[in-house]
Amino acid sequence: MATLVFFYFAGVIVLTSLLVVVLRNPIYSALSLLIMFFHVAGLYVTLRAEFLAAVQIIVYAGAILVLYLFVVMLLNIKREERYHPQFPFGAFLGLTILTEVLLLAYHRRVVNEPASPLSHTARTLPNGQAVATDVAPAAGNTEMIGEVLYSTYLFPFEVASLILLVAMIGAIILAKRDLFEQREG
Amino acid sequence: MIPLSYYVILSAIVFITGVVGVLIRRNIIIILLSIELMLNATNINFVAFSSYFQNVVGQVFVFFTLTVAAAEVAVGLAIIIALYRSKTTINVDEFQLLKW
Repeated sequence: MATLVFFYFAGVIVLTSLLVVVLRNPIYSALSLLIMFFHVAGLYVTLRAEFLAAVQIIVYAGAILVLYLFVVMLLNIKREERYHPQFPFGAFLGLTILTEVLLLAYHRRVVNEPASPLSHTARTLPNGQAVATDVAPAAGNTEMIGEVLYSTYLFPFEVASLILLVAMIGAIILAKRDLFEQREG
Repeated sequence: MIPLSYYVILSAIVFITGVVGVLIRRNIIIILLSIELMLNATNINFVAFSSYFQNVVGQVFVFFTLTVAAAEVAVGLAIIIALYRSKTTINVDEFQLLKW
């Protein structure tokens, strides 16, 4: 059952991410990206990251994608956009990387066949130290993220707020048409 | 239980799709959407590993990726609007001022 759910989500994610690249109309691309975000959120739920699933839908689908759709409709592009002339190069590069990944996966499976499956060994850290498996259900997902985020990763959290501030100022300065002309004139 | 390698393969496929999208498309909005695809592929990896190691730090890092994605979108779309004002197009081939 879990495998079936995973393959459903994975299939839709791969399909819609291909559609994002292939479709010619930017609005259709953005909408298929929306479907992809929802399915990634579903994948997070199956991985027991419920808080991140909610954040994924709120931030990605609710804020970022709406911003994209605003800009697409604001610019009102109707002309047919062809693919880039370096299409063969890009396709070649993608095929090469894909082949490498498939070869690596196949090789890994061949090497690991006699050993125990990966899902079974994942309960121990690389240094062999066993992880307490009852940590995750003890507190809720949101509480755990909050505790780690506001204790160990407090400084990166503050830096992230600085990044957002810089992005906000930059976006205003870039998008405002005559910010500097007014001041000079 | 789904093996961890399935998640890694899924994330690799999505990431490669994003790379190819950046390379072959001329519409700068689609290029930004492809960058979003790549960021989401890394997020899938983070959450899968976090779930398999029973360690919540991976999910914390998804937060930072989310922050960077939001900042990138805000600045990127502002740049697109500024570019569209100067050239009335969003085809990346038209912007070749630095080409020699």
